[in-house]
Amino acid sequence: MDLPTLTEVRLPTTRVELALSDTVIPLGGGTWLFSEPQDHLTGLVDLTALGWTPWERRPDGGLSVAATCTIAQLTRIPADPGWRALPLFRQCAESLLQSFKVWNTATVGGNIATALAAGALIGLGGALDAELVIWTPDGGERRQRVADAVLAQRTTTLVPCEVIRSIEFDSVPLAARTAFRRIALSPLGRAGTVLAARQDADGAFVLCVTGGTTRPEVVRFPSLPSAAELATAVAAIPSWFTDAHGAADWREAVSRLLAEEIRQELAGAEAAR
Amino acid sequence: MRFAVNGEPVDAEPFPGQCLRTLLRETGRTEVKKGCDAGDCGACGVLLDGEPVHSCIVPAHRAAGREVTTVAGLGTPEQLSPVQQRFVDAAGFQCGFCTAGMVVTASTEEVRTADEADLPRLFKGNLCRCTGYRSIHDALAGRSTTEERGVAGGIGRAVRAPAAERIVTGREPFTLDLATTALTHIAVLKSPHPSARIRSIDAAAALAMEGVLAVLTHEDAPDVLFSTGRHQNRLEDPDDTLVLDPVIRFAGQRVAAVVAETIGLAEAACRAIAVDYEVLPAVFDPEEARSAGAPLVHGEKDPLATRISEPGRNVVAQKHGELGDVDAALEAADVVVSGTWRTARVAHASLETHATRGWLDADGRLVLRTSSQVPYLVHAELCRLFGLEPERLRVFTARVGGGFGGKQELLTEDLVTLAVLRTGRPAQYEFTREDEFTIAPLRHPKRVAVTLGATAEGVLTAMDVDVLADTGAYGNHGPGVMFHGSHESLAVYRAPNRRVHTEAVYTNNPPSGAFRGYGLGQVMFALESAMDEVARRVGISPFELRRRNAIAPGDPIVVTDPHEETDLQYGGYGLPEALDLAEAALEEPGEPTPHGPDWRLGSGMALGMIATMPPRGHFSEVRLRLDPDGGASLDVGTAEFGNGTTTVHAQIVAELLAIAPDRVRIRQSDTDGARYDTGAFGSAGTVVAGKAVHLAALALRDRVLAAAGPGASLGPDGVRTPSGVAPLGAFAPLMTTGTADGTPRGLAFNVHGFRVAVHVGTGEVRILKSVQGVDAGTVLNPEQLRGQVEGGPAQAIGSALYEEVTVVDGHVTTRVLRNYHVPQMADVPRTEVRFAATYDDLGPFGAKSMSEAPYNPVAPALANAIRDAVGVRPHELPMSRDRVWRLLHR
Repeated sequence: MDLPTLTEVRLPTTRVELALSDTVIPLGGGTWLFSEPQDHLTGLVDLTALGWTPWERRPDGGLSVAATCTIAQLTRIPADPGWRALPLFRQCAESLLQSFKVWNTATVGGNIATALAAGALIGLGGALDAELVIWTPDGGERRQRVADAVLAQRTTTLVPCEVIRSIEFDSVPLAARTAFRRIALSPLGRAGTVLAARQDADGAFVLCVTGGTTRPEVVRFPSLPSAAELATAVAAIPSWFTDAHGAADWREAVSRLLAEEIRQELAGAEAAR
Repeated sequence: MRFAVNGEPVDAEPFPGQCLRTLLRETGRTEVKKGCDAGDCGACGVLLDGEPVHSCIVPAHRAAGREVTTVAGLGTPEQLSPVQQRFVDAAGFQCGFCTAGMVVTASTEEVRTADEADLPRLFKGNLCRCTGYRSIHDALAGRSTTEERGVAGGIGRAVRAPAAERIVTGREPFTLDLATTALTHIAVLKSPHPSARIRSIDAAAALAMEGVLAVLTHEDAPDVLFSTGRHQNRLEDPDDTLVLDPVIRFAGQRVAAVVAETIGLAEAACRAIAVDYEVLPAVFDPEEARSAGAPLVHGEKDPLATRISEPGRNVVAQKHGELGDVDAALEAADVVVSGTWRTARVAHASLETHATRGWLDADGRLVLRTSSQVPYLVHAELCRLFGLEPERLRVFTARVGGGFGGKQELLTEDLVTLAVLRTGRPAQYEFTREDEFTIAPLRHPKRVAVTLGATAEGVLTAMDVDVLADTGAYGNHGPGVMFHGSHESLAVYRAPNRRVHTEAVYTNNPPSGAFRGYGLGQVMFALESAMDEVARRVGISPFELRRRNAIAPGDPIVVTDPHEETDLQYGGYGLPEALDLAEAALEEPGEPTPHGPDWRLGSGMALGMIATMPPRGHFSEVRLRLDPDGGASLDVGTAEFGNGTTTVHAQIVAELLAIAPDRVRIRQSDTDGARYDTGAFGSAGTVVAGKAVHLAALALRDRVLAAAGPGASLGPDGVRTPSGVAPLGAFAPLMTTGTADGTPRGLAFNVHGFRVAVHVGTGEVRILKSVQGVDAGTVLNPEQLRGQVEGGPAQAIGSALYEEVTVVDGHVTTRVLRNYHVPQMADVPRTEVRFAATYDDLGPFGAKSMSEAPYNPVAPALANAIRDAVGVRPHELPMSRDRVWRLLHR
């Protein structure tokens, strides 16, 4: 929709031209910003004008994804023997409520910065312990894990004038086995709960629950937990909530169910090794 | 900035924050639609450098130097692209408002190369509210289901809609798809409080803004009470509404309206208006509302003058009656079943929002182009409200993008009238999608308590029904929905002892209104669930229970008053056949049963009876003219919003004049055209307007034959006489009229059956089989009618499993489509439609109406199937996964 309170939309060519403020904020794909009234804003600075390379293999075998990388570009990263976790990227992208057409516009950074409970790439970042590189207003940068940067629905640790520059994936989690489950109140509807998990080569197990919790909830075990251990850990998650996409009690119950499915899937893979 | 649209260069300067959709429409590309303006519905879909996007969430500046392709760039009506041709061949649309986006998505590489099983995923960003998606699926798969219109005759053939080629190429204009110079825009300041009195409004700052033409408040509006709900007889709805009212009765109610040069300016001016409210106590629960001491929503009003039943008890309408002795019969019954059921608020979610554009014509006459189902009724009420002479006002509709009862309301036309009369400038008031959820009337939520008594053989002896409907802050359609809702739903069974208590009450919730089925579906959800329980207790099949108890020719058609004056007749009675068809179809194989220990299987059914026309008169007067070229021109008042009446009207004329349907030119829904039509509601387009068309065409045929002399007949080659064949056009000009008054009325029956699998761990309900036996009388157009019927279950599956407008303390919390789940392609199973071979004595060529009917029995049929699967009976809609799960775990 039109955002008629804006008086400027700028296309910066360098970082110094960002000149953000409380009411002039970064524009990624715009698929969320343009989907709701933003009467408090006066300007947007289009990050896509900076021409960032969508993604790059890091020298250490990790992956650096620019904040402006579109969901479509993210899903097209070619398979790599060291990046066994890549299928999780597509599974999380498919978890987006919006269709493949929106993938052409929506960006990875935008999805995380918007901090919706159902933010599909928050679950991806949480499960793979991805780290945000955030440009700070003083010209420096800071780093923070995705799961720590998202505090609540529509709330992150980002302060005005900060910008997500990239999302960094280390090589160890990228090499992990992954598993993914989601359920909504309808077959392809907005997520009721999303569970993204990985098991590293050393056996460590990480599960990130999003969608049904107000913030990404990460559960860790040094090795694959027992069914009871995992159920207890999921039940201990404090931030289930109720909205149009599911009641809190249902979200908790189906998350326990799906977590166990994930556990069994990874246990099966472990046994087959 | 420069960019290209469909190969043509465009020079335009988007304002900061403009999205691509409005820029495209501003530059004349009105084929790009606004459905949600939020990226959810897909109606605005275009290709940007060949990649599909939702243009409403693409910043316009990003189009610089790029190529945009709209649906109009893919082909023309004369030269359709292959994808467009497929949508025509498969009748892959009804109202057609979503079609531009559907066709653009279908044209992409991803879709063209996709496996058919992957289509639901690829189309999750394209919503259709009318079809149920089966026909769209056929279009995508290249299955043709229709016939050309160039062959003489028409009845019984799957003739394509006259607008098909224009719809699939984006050429068919909807309400706002026209250029108007010097257009102004209306934005409304809405109340943040559900109950308040306006002490004062300070609009000075708003008025001082450049580009603001007027700020309209209650001081500028006529002091005449009316109802937004419109009926043939205006006395059916209470006069409880003002165009602008200093008393606020729901959150979102109009406080002031700004007329400005742009919509952005008008909105900014709204924010600059200072309002001093005296906040008043509010009531949100309908039971509390009718209890002593509740705040009175319209307590100051005179019940006689306003036709509010009991303003002192918040009761807008009530009916209480008893036939026989219910208590004694229940005492004596072998089987007694009792329960209380609840239904949710549901939004119509027509893809086109409510909108009106108005202007003064060269003679200074006010002209309104509106998205209405009832232009003539709007015309009459506006004349009354604003003291206009009827000839000083013209109201018409272009093609309307979906209705479902939601546009049987006067919601935008009054403010446009006020603005145009005040400023002299053309003005437009367009609802946002949020407005559709917050200020457009919703389906009445009802609480229905049912007790049934039966003999051990399953013969009903007693029926006790208590209905409470929340009509919200205003009583538009409140009485009608209350009376009608408890009529055919109960009259369908022959219980000798019956008692009905029903009340519709005011609350400070958003207004409820007319919705497909007009109250019947809510009561059927309860009654048909209770009937299912009776069948279980008695130990017979639910089909058999209906056979033993449903009325049949010879039985009176009554609720509780045996002396009730009624014009209802049996017409062609198709219930037994509809029951047999549904029962047989339900036995046939469906989707594979899911594997795993947590799935439970079940099946269920329910029936619905509905009158074929609305009660108390529905009028249509049409004009038919024979043209010198041998074609015919029809002026008919009823509106086309995907109901397909235009197709049927052309078929009727074609059949009787032995010409091809494409020789029939139709002008519709214009108070300057046909003399009159009550409107496109109550499923009247075929049986009332169509009846008038039928009579006009019969008269025209008779006139031609009389002129041709003895022994003449009509054939595809022209008028055959003993002396040879003369072209039909040689008898032009000839003009006839036809009228219909909507009485007597017949009955139609629909029986729905489901087989489901329910996952006990998640509450997921998977539909394995969906069937409907349909008593539609003569099927005038099999493909179109099938599509119409399929759309009923699709919308009803939404109401049954997914949709709920949630309201917390008077405030709607589901305000966008992504928080209100309208069924997507993935959610709608194929419904097998089986037509009974009936013939109605009343409708044209023996046809019955079939618009609301297919919706009504679906929710109880699904509830009964879920009960059969899991052993616990649902009592609340929607039966969402979390609710079904809770049935089993709490």
